[in-house]
Formats: sequence, C-alpha cells, structure tokens
Amino acid sequence: MAVLTEEQTMLRDAAKSWVAEKSPVTALRKVRDSGADHAFDPAAWREIAEMGWAGILIPENYGGSGLGYLTLGLVLEETGRTLTASPLLSTAVATSALLLAGNDTQKETWLPKFAEGKAIGTIAVDEGAHHAPEKISLKATKDGSGYKLSGKKSFVADGSAADLIVVAARTGGKPGDANGVTLFLVPGNAAGLTREKLKTVDSRGHANLAFKDVSVGADAVLGSVDQGGAVLESILDRARAAIAAEMLGAAAQSFDVTLDYLKTRVQFGQVIGTFQALQHRAAKMFTDLELTRSCVEAALNAIDKNANDVAALCSLAKAHASDTWHLVSNEMVQMHGGIGMTDAHDAGLYLKRARVAEAAFGGASYHRDRYARLMGY
Amino acid sequence: MAALEARESELESFRGEARDWLAKNFPPSLKDVDVAMQVTGGWKPTGDAKLWAERMGAKGWGTPTWPKQYGGGGLSKEQARVLLQEMGRIGARSPIGGMGVMMFGPTLLEYGNEEQKSQHIPKIVTGEIRWCQGYSEPNAGSDLAALQTRAEDKGDHFLVNGQKIWTSGAQYADWCFCLVRTDKTRKHEGISFVLIDMRTPGIEVRLIKLISGNSPFCETFFTDVKVPKENLVGPLNGGWTIGKRLLQFERAGLGGGGGSQGRMEGRSLEQMAKDYVGTDERGRLADTDLRGRVTQHLMEARAFTLTLQRAQAESKSNQGPSAATSIMKNAGAKVAQDRAELTLEIMGHQGMGWEGDAFTPEEIVAARTWLGGKAVTIYGGSSEIQNNIIAKRILGLLDHQ
Repeated sequence: MAVLTEEQTMLRDAAKSWVAEKSPVTALRKVRDSGADHAFDPAAWREIAEMGWAGILIPENYGGSGLGYLTLGLVLEETGRTLTASPLLSTAVATSALLLAGNDTQKETWLPKFAEGKAIGTIAVDEGAHHAPEKISLKATKDGSGYKLSGKKSFVADGSAADLIVVAARTGGKPGDANGVTLFLVPGNAAGLTREKLKTVDSRGHANLAFKDVSVGADAVLGSVDQGGAVLESILDRARAAIAAEMLGAAAQSFDVTLDYLKTRVQFGQVIGTFQALQHRAAKMFTDLELTRSCVEAALNAIDKNANDVAALCSLAKAHASDTWHLVSNEMVQMHGGIGMTDAHDAGLYLKRARVAEAAFGGASYHRDRYARLMGY
Repeated sequence: MAALEARESELESFRGEARDWLAKNFPPSLKDVDVAMQVTGGWKPTGDAKLWAERMGAKGWGTPTWPKQYGGGGLSKEQARVLLQEMGRIGARSPIGGMGVMMFGPTLLEYGNEEQKSQHIPKIVTGEIRWCQGYSEPNAGSDLAALQTRAEDKGDHFLVNGQKIWTSGAQYADWCFCLVRTDKTRKHEGISFVLIDMRTPGIEVRLIKLISGNSPFCETFFTDVKVPKENLVGPLNGGWTIGKRLLQFERAGLGGGGGSQGRMEGRSLEQMAKDYVGTDERGRLADTDLRGRVTQHLMEARAFTLTLQRAQAESKSNQGPSAATSIMKNAGAKVAQDRAELTLEIMGHQGMGWEGDAFTPEEIVAARTWLGGKAVTIYGGSSEIQNNIIAKRILGLLDHQ
C-alpha cells in the first residue's frame, strides 16, 4: 500500500465502510436480477456523488476536491472489491478528457455537474471486437460551422446512461493514420444517436452506439481538429490506470475469499489449506498481487506527478492487473470446486467481471505490444 | 512542522559534511569499482583500494548505522541514506562488505554479549576479519534444523565434529558462525549458535566445483575441533532463533538480485535482441514470439523494481515492515533467471561458449551467469521454502507437515 496522506487514508476508510454497508456483492446481484435501467442503482450513484467521489479529479473551482488519480484509485479499489456497479469510472474518464483538452466553457458546462453526480460521462473509442484506438473510422464531416457524425461505436461503458459521450471520430486521413482524429462532446440524447443496451456477462451497463448524421456545433470539438490522437492516448492512459485500480481491488478480494475457503473447507479429515499444492498456488497469487499493486500505484502516481513515463507505466499496470486477476479469478473457481460453479456463489461474478475488465481499454497482449513499441523494439 | 524542518536542515548539514569527507578521502581511481566484492573474493586490497578500505573502516561508514562504541558510523537511518546518496553521486562503493557486514554483524549486535561484540564487531567494521556461514549440511538443506554437526560439552569447551557444506568463502574466512547440535533429543531446541576460529586445528576446507566452472562454495569438515565456551552466542540450545534472525538479514540482502541484474552494465536485453535477431521494417524484433517474451520479462522486471521501491517507501514511513518483503526473493530470482535464459536464447549458438576466442567475453559471461544463476532459487531458502513461508507466516495457512 502506497504511503498515504491523512486525507487519503480517511477517504479510503470511508470507502471501505460504505462498500461494506451499502454495496456488498448482493447489491450487484440485485441490480442484475431486477433488470435496472442502466445496470446500476441510481440511489447508490447519488450516495457516491454525495460523498464527493465523483469530484475527486475535479478542481475545487469546478466543485470537486482535486485530489487526483491515486486518491481516485483508492476508492475504485474498494468499490472493485465488491464489484460495485456505478458510472464512477466512466465519468472519471470523461472528466479526464475535459481536464486534458477542454476549454473553459466546456469545463464550466460539465465538470460541476459531474462533481455533483448530476451528469454521467463516458468515452466512445472502439468500433470492433478489440480495443484499437488507431483504427477509428467513425466519420465527422464538416457541416456549416459544425460537424455531422456518422458511424458506430461498440461496447461503450455506461453508454446508455451517459449524458455526455466523448466521441473519437475521424475528420481526416484513413484508419491507421496518426493524424485526422478529433474528439467531440456529444450529448447522450443527441438526435440521430441510437443506443443499444447490451446484455453482457458482467451484468454491467454497456451499449453499442449508432451515429446517423448526428449534428454537433463547432463548440463540441474537444481540443484541436485532426490532432486528437495524442490527447486521446493520454485520456485512455488515465482510464487504464483507473480500471487497473478497480481490478486490483477485485483481484485482492477474489483472493481473500478464496483464502478464507482454504482455511475452512475440510476434506480427507483436514482443512484443504494444509495441502502444499494449494499453498504454493496461494503464495504465487499473493506474489502477483503485490507486484500488481506496485504497478498500479506507480501508474496513478506518475499521472499525478505528470511524470514522463506515464504511458509505459499505465500499460504495465493494465497488463499486470489483467494477468493477475485472470489467474486469481480462475483459481477462485477451481479452489472452491463445485460450489464455485454455482450462481449462488460469488466466484462466478468475479470471473465474469474479470474478463470484461481485462478487455477494456486494451488487454494484456495489447499493452505488452504497446510497451515494447514505447521502448523502441 | 518546525521539528520536521529542523530535522531536514540537520540532514542537509550532514550531507555537506559527508560530501566534504568523501571528496577528501575517496580515491577517484576507484570510481564505480566494486571493491567489497573483490575483498570477499579473497583478494587482499592494495594501493588505493587498501587506502579507501582503511579510511572507511576507521570512519565506520562501511557500517554506517552500527553503534559508535564498536567502531560503527553511529548514523541515523536518514543520515545513512544521505551518505549512500552522496557515495552514489560520485560512484563510490563501500569497500567494507561480506557476510560479516550483511548478516553476522547485525545478528551479533542483537544477540551477542558485551565481550563478543567488543571482540568481533570492530573487526567487521574495518573489514579486517572475514566471516563464513556454517549452516547447511549434506543432510540438512531446506530442512536446516535436521543438522547433525555435534558440539559436545567438555567443561570449558565444546568439541565439534561434523561437516558443513555450501560454506561460501570458507577458504578465505578467518572465522565461521556456525549452527551446531548440542542436544540430540530435541530438533529445533537442540541447536546452538557458536563462533569458530577457522585456524583451530581439525578444520579442513575443500572447494566444490559448480556447473558454472566456478568454486564459490566449500565443504568444511570439523574433526575434534575445540571451541571455547565463551564463543557460544545466546543461550545453550537457543541457537535456532538467532540462526533464523540471521537468515532474515540474508534474505533481505539477496532480494535485490533480480533488480540489480536488470541494470547490468553494457547492452540492454532489448538492444542485444535487436543486434542478434534483427528487426522488421517497423523496427520491431523480427522474431515475434521472442519479442513477446522479452517484453513480458522486461515488464516483470519493472514490476519487481517498483515493488522494491514501494517496500522501501513503506518501511521508511513507519508503516512497519512491508508485506511485499516476503515476495522479494522469489520474484527477484525469477527475474534474474528469466533474463539469463533469454540472453542465452538471444545469443543462439554464440551463447553456448565455455571458453576460447570463438566467443566474445560477453557471450562467455552470459553462459556462466546462466549456469551460476540456477543457484538463486536454491540458496538462502529455496523457492519452495519461500512459498511455504508466505503460506504459513503471511497467509496464515496451517503447516502442511
């Protein structure tokens, strides 16, 4: 655990107790089984906002606390532990986009609403089965002083609930070109935008978006025209580090639950945790979790400090968190045996969320390739 | 706040003091030379190295946090860190090292009596006396407490008979800290911690040749060796606790292995791979499978380095020892061994050289490092033992035995 300030410790402890009282895993089951509109509980989201978590990244003059990414990571780690379904992370990514590239009017319009939980934000980047920001093809064509957007976005987190969608579109060049990408701020209720809610294994809110001549004004451009590629990478890096923090918490919880089971389940007249074959697999998971924690905290810290190796550290954190949770979620099911296969047990919920989170903003192999590219080989 | 500022300014004035002293006393010819490694390797320092060792020894700065009354530097942890920073800045390495400094000294300071500390600590501080470790035996490796080297009570002395193995540097050592059996009826509670003068009659040392061609280890035989009673450290039959404490110092020292290998001088692993294997038109390693594994390794090495830094930051901030410490040996060993295997694979046939002009010195070193490195997961508590320790002490799982 990183060395924390008093403020950070208080916030983390508050998150721990809120999650335990108000958002245990049963809350996710309730959301799933009740078929909640956007796959989260609006009352829980209100409480999250009231506690100030939606404003952690937002500067004080826009109604937030401006505490930064490591602090956000502490909260996401705790909400990750119980698989809390909320648009906190998606909104934080949209917040990051505004902070990195927004003009004063754009920030004034959205950031106070985000901080209060009165608006939900998200980012729409991918268009196919895999994370591929370099392959953006959704077209934005000049239309008077504004633009018309046409094309598709897939698997947008909280896409059906979002009031603001940061859309990465192509204003020039062709898919694969570095230049020609522009970011747009598109309201969720824009005319011509169709949002298809997806039923996914993790029971969270994802949507496919279809844009048909969606009109936006010139004031919807976030940052500069054709030059959005670099800032998009910076936004995505913040998303990667943030989701890695959620994954760290969820993986740690997967492990803790499994470790408890090893200490209580009796077979052959003894607690199964006395078997060395299981002990060494537990030690391996613990080792991986410790390494992942170092990577995640280093990435969040690097963002806060505006260090020069943010990109590499965020890829490292996302890849490491993905590999670790992948292993731990599989072992969670295996070590629980038959009970782990039942819907009544939580193991399956962790396994399902693990794979979705692994694929979000690039999986382990995507980030290993990116790390190698960043290092020049 | 004021107290904090006062401490900061005190530290800064110490920094000035350290900087001045180093400027006057560090021979520039030794910049980036690892003098201590040569000393523990049986080499008697001469010239500038001798001078540097004498000066650092007299100042006590090779053992900066040890008490002044035994010749240590008497510095606080913060001051010692500043000293290390200042030494690092000018490429000065401590000439005082070896097992005495890393493991035995700290243990004796905790458990030794006044006479023992006054006799031995000052000579470790000056590097005058070299120590070796009499722990493992042919039938007591991972199960160290099964050791059988016998120390019989003969009134004013113990009579020691038995055999130790993997006694690194025994051929150069002046003294040996040794675990011996003083009670045959009890396992852990029948072990004592004694100090043996290596010049005592009845001690024979033989070199063991390893797969790497090197002989860093010895077998040490004890035949009717007389050890004075005053050389018992701690209580009779209380040696296991002391012996384990020493292992903690040993493992803490071994932990960094992977990290430091990752920062080896010369070409980086990725550069080496580019040079031997070539790149495609986009500058990527031509062998995509190798590229993937090189990347996975380098990311793992980075994660390990970040974990070392995190554990350091956590222990500095008075959160107590970091839980991460327990994983260091295994994680570091994996990084070091993976690196050696990848290096060999990258070099292909050229990585298989034993000696001779057909191979570059870098290639020969790669092969020898690969072979020697297989010991990392065996010594200092094998990887399996480390996993047992994590399972039992950190995760609270019950003993499998």
